[in-house]
Amino acid sequence: MILYVISVGLSVTMGLMGFINLAHGVFAMAGGFILSTAMARFGVPFPLALVAAFVLVSLGSIFLEKILYSRLYARGELSQVLFCIGLILVAMAVARLIYGNLAAPVFLPDYLRGQVQVLGRDFPTYRVFLILFSGVLILSLWTGVERTRWGAMVRAAVDNRGMAQSVGINTKRLFMITFALGSGLAGLGGALGADILPVQWGYPFEHLVYFLIVVAVGGLGSLRGPFVAALLIGIADTACKYWVPALGAFLVYAATIGILLWRPQGLFGVRA
Amino acid sequence: MAFALQTEKLCKSFGALTVAEQIDFRLEPGARHALIGPNGAGKTTFVNMLTGAIAPTSGKIFLNDQEVTRTSQAARVRLGLGRTFQITTLFRSLPVLDNVALAVAERRGDAQRMWRPASAHREIIDESLELLATLGLADDAAAAAQDLPYGKQRLVEVAIALGLRPKVLLLDEPAAGVPSADTEKILRHLEKLSAEIAILIIEHDMDLVFRFAQRITVLVQGQVLVEGPPEEIAADKRVRDVYLGEATHA
Amino acid sequence: MSGYSADTRIRWTEWLPWVAAGAFFFLLPEYLSLGARILIFILFALSLDLILGYAGIITLGHSAFFGLGAYTAGIVSTQLAINEPFVQLAAAAAVAALLGVATGAVILRTRALTLLMLTLAITAILLEVANKATWLTGGADGLSGVKVDPILGFFRFDLYGRTAFLYCLIALFLGWWVVRRLIYSPFGAMLTGIRENTTRMHAIGAPVYWRLVLVYTISATMAGIAGALLTQTNQFVGLNVLGLEPSGDILVMLILGGVGRLYGAFIGPVVYLIAQDYLAKQYPEYWYFGIGTLLIAVVLFAPGGILGMVDKLRDKWLSLYKQKSSARASAR
Repeated sequence: MILYVISVGLSVTMGLMGFINLAHGVFAMAGGFILSTAMARFGVPFPLALVAAFVLVSLGSIFLEKILYSRLYARGELSQVLFCIGLILVAMAVARLIYGNLAAPVFLPDYLRGQVQVLGRDFPTYRVFLILFSGVLILSLWTGVERTRWGAMVRAAVDNRGMAQSVGINTKRLFMITFALGSGLAGLGGALGADILPVQWGYPFEHLVYFLIVVAVGGLGSLRGPFVAALLIGIADTACKYWVPALGAFLVYAATIGILLWRPQGLFGVRA
Repeated sequence: MAFALQTEKLCKSFGALTVAEQIDFRLEPGARHALIGPNGAGKTTFVNMLTGAIAPTSGKIFLNDQEVTRTSQAARVRLGLGRTFQITTLFRSLPVLDNVALAVAERRGDAQRMWRPASAHREIIDESLELLATLGLADDAAAAAQDLPYGKQRLVEVAIALGLRPKVLLLDEPAAGVPSADTEKILRHLEKLSAEIAILIIEHDMDLVFRFAQRITVLVQGQVLVEGPPEEIAADKRVRDVYLGEATHA
Repeated sequence: MSGYSADTRIRWTEWLPWVAAGAFFFLLPEYLSLGARILIFILFALSLDLILGYAGIITLGHSAFFGLGAYTAGIVSTQLAINEPFVQLAAAAAVAALLGVATGAVILRTRALTLLMLTLAITAILLEVANKATWLTGGADGLSGVKVDPILGFFRFDLYGRTAFLYCLIALFLGWWVVRRLIYSPFGAMLTGIRENTTRMHAIGAPVYWRLVLVYTISATMAGIAGALLTQTNQFVGLNVLGLEPSGDILVMLILGGVGRLYGAFIGPVVYLIAQDYLAKQYPEYWYFGIGTLLIAVVLFAPGGILGMVDKLRDKWLSLYKQKSSARASAR
C-alpha cells in the first residue's frame, strides 16, 4: 500500500506529465524525514506531521520544478534520467549529512499501535489504518483526475501542450501544480510508510527499482494501473519471500520483464 | 500485364472510422500518376499501407505482381519501393552526402560493413554525389541537412529515395510548404527522373499535379471517386464539386 | 564525426591517451592498480558509448554484461580450475555475447521507459542470482580464490600491478581500435542514422531491429571482456559489479566525459575514478554531493560533457582568432 501511495505520485508526474522522474524516491524520503523530525523534535502530533510532510514536500518540489525540472520537459529521456540520478545523489548526500547513517525514528501515536480485530483475526492497527487511508486517497484521486476540471485540463495539456495553451490553459502553472501534487503524494507515502520502510539516506536508491516497476508495469498515465501493479508486486514479493526465500526478489523482476514484453505500455497504459 | 504496384479491395478502419474502403488501384510501370483528394480523404493512410508503415484491415497489395501485404517495410524497400515523406524526414544533423549515402549503402548491401572506413567506400560516395548532382545539390553535399533552405531539403528527400534505385517511387507532397519559385525547380527535377521509375505523387498543388501526371486518381472519404487522364479529371463534375466544396470551406 | 564525409586519419591528439598511459606507468608506479581499474572502466564506457552514443540505445542495465563477464571469468577459475587468462577472457566474452543476443532480441523492440525498465530488470535479476547462488558465486561475500596463470606462461600478475596495468592497456588498445573502425565504417554511419531518425532508416529498407541486436551484442561482448579484466586484476568478484549502481556509475562517467565522441569514454572514467579514489573514502557525503551536482550541471548546461566543452572552447577561440585576423586584414 505504501508502495502504492508513493508510486501513484510518481504515476502522476511520470504518467500525466511524461517526465521520467527517477528522483521520485527523494521526495518520499523527504516526507519520511519531515514526519520524523516534526514528531521527535517539535512534538507535532502524527496527523499534523503527515500534513506537514505533504505540504512541505509539495512546496519544496515546486521550487525544484521551477528552477530545474521545467528546463528538461522538452529534452530527451536520457537527459531526464541523468538529471534524476544527479538529484538522487545530491539528496542522499544531504540526507546523510543531516541525519547520519541511522534510519529516522518514527513514533506512532498510541491509538495506532497494538492490534485490532477484523473478522475475528488480529491485525496490527497501523496497517489497517494504512489500508483504509490509502483507499480513501485512491478514491479521491480517481474522482479528481477523471471528474474534475483540473483532471481534464491536465489530460488535455499532456495530450497536446500547444493546443491546451492556445485554448487558454496555463500549462506552466498546471504542470507545476501537478508536479507538486505528485511529489506531495510521494512525501505523504514516505511519511506514512516510515514505520514499515525505514527512512534513511540510501532510501531513494534502494527503493527506486520498486517504484519504477510499479509505474512501468501499471502503465503510464493511469491511476488504476499503479494501484493494481503495486498490489500484484507487493503480494508476489511477499509470497515469494515467504514460500521460496531462495529465489528472493527474482520472481518480481521476472514478472516485470514478462509483463512488459507482453504489454510494453503496461497493464493499464494509455500510451507506450 | 504486370503492374508496378497494385491494390485489391484495400480497406483500413480505425474502430468505427473507415479511412480506406475497397481501394482498387493500379500503377503501371513507368507511370506518372497522381493521387489527389481533399483533406482527410485518406491519402496518407493509403500511402502508409503501401509502404507497410501500417497494416491494412483487409485487402491485398502487390509490388511487381508479388504480394507484399504482410511484408515488412524494409523488405518492400528491397523489392523496389521508395518513398518520400510529407513532413521532411531527414538525418537532420548529418551532412547531405551522408543522408543519401546511407540509402545507397543500404541498397548495395554495404551498410553492415564494419571494417573499412565509410569515407573510403568511394563507390558509395561517388554514386551519392552523382545523384546529388542530378538534383542540383552538388554544392550542398557537405552541409548539414538542417542548414539547407526548405526547398532543397525537399529535394534531399527525393535524393534519399532515389538512392534506393526504386522501381516505384511514392512522393508524398514533395512540394508541401515550399515557396512557389522552388516548386517550379522541384517539378523540373521530377520531370527529369528516369522513365523506368513508376511514380505515384500525392499533392495538393493542382498546378503541379496537372502538369506532371499522366493519370490521376481522386480519393474521397477513403474511396476512389474517379480515375483517368488529367483532361477527364479536370472536366469531371463530381471532382469539381468536391474541390469547390472544399474551396468554399477554405 | 563518423560517416561518409569523415576524415578517418588518426589525429595527433588521438595518441595522447596512450602517451598519458605510458607516462602513468613509469611515473606513478604506486598507483598502478587504480590505473588498471581506470583502463577497465574506459573499456566498459567505450562499450556503452557504442550503443548509447552511436546507436542511441538508452540503458540502465549495461552492468549485466560487465558483471556477467566478471563472474564468468571468476567461475571458470574456481569451478573448472581453468586459470589460463585468455580462456577466461574468451569464456566471459562468449557468455556476455550470448546474454546480449538473447536479451537484445527480446527487449530491443521496445523503446523509452519500457526499454529502460527491461534493461534494469535484467541486471537486477542477475544481481539477485549472484546474491542467492552462494555455492557458485560466493553470494554477498564475493567470489574469492580466483587464480590467473601468468600471461603467455611468462608474465605473472605481480603485487605492484605492473602486469595487470599493461595487460589492461593492451586490451583497451585493441578495444579502442575495434570501436574506432566500427564507428567510422558504413555500419557506424548506419548506427548514427538509426539514432538520428529511426523512421527514415526503416524507409530506406534497413532492418533496424536486427542491426540494433547486432550492435548490442558487440557492446555486450566488450563489456563482458572488461568485467573479466576486472576479475583477473583483482582475483576477486564482488556483488557490486551487477545491478543498478554500476550501470548508473558507468553512465555517469560516460556522460561526464561526453557521449558519442569516442574519447568521452576515456576522459569520464579518468576524472570520475580519480576523484572517487581521492574523495569517496574520506568524505563520502561530499563525493555524492559533488558528483550529483556536477551531473545536474552537465545535463543542464553542457550536454556534450567535458569533451563537448573543450570543443566549444576551441571553436570559440578559433572564431575569435579568425575575427581578429580578419579585422586586422580589413584594417590594412
